[in-house]
Amino acid sequence: MVALHLSPLLASIFSLIAIGALLLSFVMLGSRWLKDYMLAFAVQSWLIAILSALMGWAGGYTELYFVAVLTALFRGLVLPMMLLWVLKRLHVNRELHEIVQPSTALVIGAVLVIFGVVVAYRIGHALDIETRVVLLALTVMLSIKLIGFLMLAIRREAVSSILGILMLENGIFLGSQILVPGMPLMIELVLLFDLLVAVTCFAVLVRYLMASVGATGSQALQKLVG
Amino acid sequence: MSASTLIIVLLAAPLVSVLWSLLVRRAMQWVNLLAALVCFPVSILLLIGATAPRIYFEQMLYVDRIGAWVLMCVAVVYLLASFFAVDYMRHGEDARRLPNFYALFALFAWTMFAAPMANMIGVYWIGIEMTTLVSTFLVGYERRAESMEAAWKYIIIVSGGISIALLGTVLLYWGGTFVLGPTYTLDWSTLDAIAPKMPAVLLQLGFLLALVGYGVKAGLAPMHTWLPDAHSEGPAPVSAMLSGALLNCAMLGIVRFLAATDIAGHGVWPHRILIALGVASLVVGALFIMRQRGLKRMLAYSSVEHMGVIALGFGFGGLLGVFGALYHMLNHSINKTLMFIGAGSAVHRYGTHDMQQMRNLPVAMPGLAWLWLAGAVAITGAPPFGLFRSELSVLMAGWMHGGTRWVAVLFLLLLIVIFIGFLNHFRQMYVPSEAPAPEGPLPGVMTWIPMLLAVAALLLLGLWWPPLFTLWFGQIAHQLGAVS
Repeated sequence: MVALHLSPLLASIFSLIAIGALLLSFVMLGSRWLKDYMLAFAVQSWLIAILSALMGWAGGYTELYFVAVLTALFRGLVLPMMLLWVLKRLHVNRELHEIVQPSTALVIGAVLVIFGVVVAYRIGHALDIETRVVLLALTVMLSIKLIGFLMLAIRREAVSSILGILMLENGIFLGSQILVPGMPLMIELVLLFDLLVAVTCFAVLVRYLMASVGATGSQALQKLVG
Repeated sequence: MSASTLIIVLLAAPLVSVLWSLLVRRAMQWVNLLAALVCFPVSILLLIGATAPRIYFEQMLYVDRIGAWVLMCVAVVYLLASFFAVDYMRHGEDARRLPNFYALFALFAWTMFAAPMANMIGVYWIGIEMTTLVSTFLVGYERRAESMEAAWKYIIIVSGGISIALLGTVLLYWGGTFVLGPTYTLDWSTLDAIAPKMPAVLLQLGFLLALVGYGVKAGLAPMHTWLPDAHSEGPAPVSAMLSGALLNCAMLGIVRFLAATDIAGHGVWPHRILIALGVASLVVGALFIMRQRGLKRMLAYSSVEHMGVIALGFGFGGLLGVFGALYHMLNHSINKTLMFIGAGSAVHRYGTHDMQQMRNLPVAMPGLAWLWLAGAVAITGAPPFGLFRSELSVLMAGWMHGGTRWVAVLFLLLLIVIFIGFLNHFRQMYVPSEAPAPEGPLPGVMTWIPMLLAVAALLLLGLWWPPLFTLWFGQIAHQLGAVS
């Protein structure tokens, strides 16, 4: 495993990037403005792109450069722009009906990160791995995932839900770059493609939702129960 | 024909239908039906020929007996639903959008043929995600507020849920790097080979995450929340495809991950968890069927229940459990398609989803109502239909293992509750009353054909156990590590 034998400098850079990505998910949790989410998500994707380029260089996986370029292009540029376009069409700027205040959400997020740390250390202990980067990658992967689910649970705007789903996958992308950089290139490419298709679908759906339900918040969606 | 030719035909036929619908935009219902008519015998030939697991087309596709079995279930549902679609979709409001419907419908079938054949676990994940993306548009096809709501919930819950399975796959891949080095291809047979040697914690975690992730898609309680909405709000042929075919595709993944833990010797706890999910599904199914008013919602909850039965079968394990679960997959596919065909016709006839407004059914749908009633009796697991056999087999599998005996008793009790609840709704719809006959269109011959075929097949499967099945199921049980 490459991550086990990194030079101290690279290991620190990787840790920095991972922590940066985690902090960005807190930016999303703490803000009410949909544009902030978008920017945070774009920057998070750029960080992941830098990470995969560095990993490609450190481990000699040339195909990771390709993944880095695509990540930056799709997740860092095309997706946020598409979502911005959707936002403009829908005239929504901010989350109106929070179930949980952003400040409370931050605290819950912190608890989730602690849970992630505990699980990561348990796994590390079982595998006899004490390398910081690996444990950190596991922690960040699990935490971003959990925070993504938290976002899905407490945010009601359709665009927030889309970003929540995207964040779930960002966490996995970030973790997998460090833990399993050798995972076949093709799968990663298709995943990127799949994501693009998914977001296109979401965008179309949001428009239909607007047209037929007349709102893009999920509090309007309460007809089907029981 | 060689197996690779069969695979090409199976994957090409729905695509031809997609292209035809998009480009020619005429007679697409017949082309779609033709594609389904081609796929059905091809899938059977593929199943017969799948004597040993084999890899095709540059490591991309993998066909073994259980995969081919699921493919055949998909093909059966596709065929029956395509017949019915001709009749059902005629009554839609907007004829100009019909080509889009058939294009999506055939594409949906294509994704369900492709996903179970995926060789790499990552590609299987993508395949399952693709089925979601395509079917979302089918669920929301009617563009009513309710169907948009259902489509939205469907895509959010299922995409979120299935990303858990992706995390599981990454962890499993990581586990494999301890055995095979940093770069390798994680496909189903590799997973079985490396499972005993990879770190136990990663295999266990990977299995749990995959179970939850694909369990969302398979509709196992408590991850079933999208299912009643999506299955009830789409057009009826789509509901049939979602219920009868799609759920099996996701169950296949769960079963394969379960097999990996069996082969690695992780003992009974993965089975226990699957059993727990199965019981939860049966409880949820029973409770919500009892006090349901929406006709298609009731059928959707019945799907939750039947996925629970299949989960119990694989959870109990052993020859009987695997036999019962596999047989139940086929029986449920046929039966649920039959039920949704009847439900779609009734909804059109009465112009409502509410069962309390559907009265005097034998008068409203002469003849057809009795076929539908036979299906209702069959789906509650009463003899002499196929589901009686498969549920009995699962029940016996639970009873034979000492530790799960109380689960078997609970299973039986819940089946009785469901039997009473389900048929009570039907009793109210069938008793003669003074209610005026409904005004909606009468179902035509293209509704009769699939319903007759389905009832005949269910009766046949209930009265006669095809001897070939014993051979095939035995092979599958062996491959899954259910018997040594």
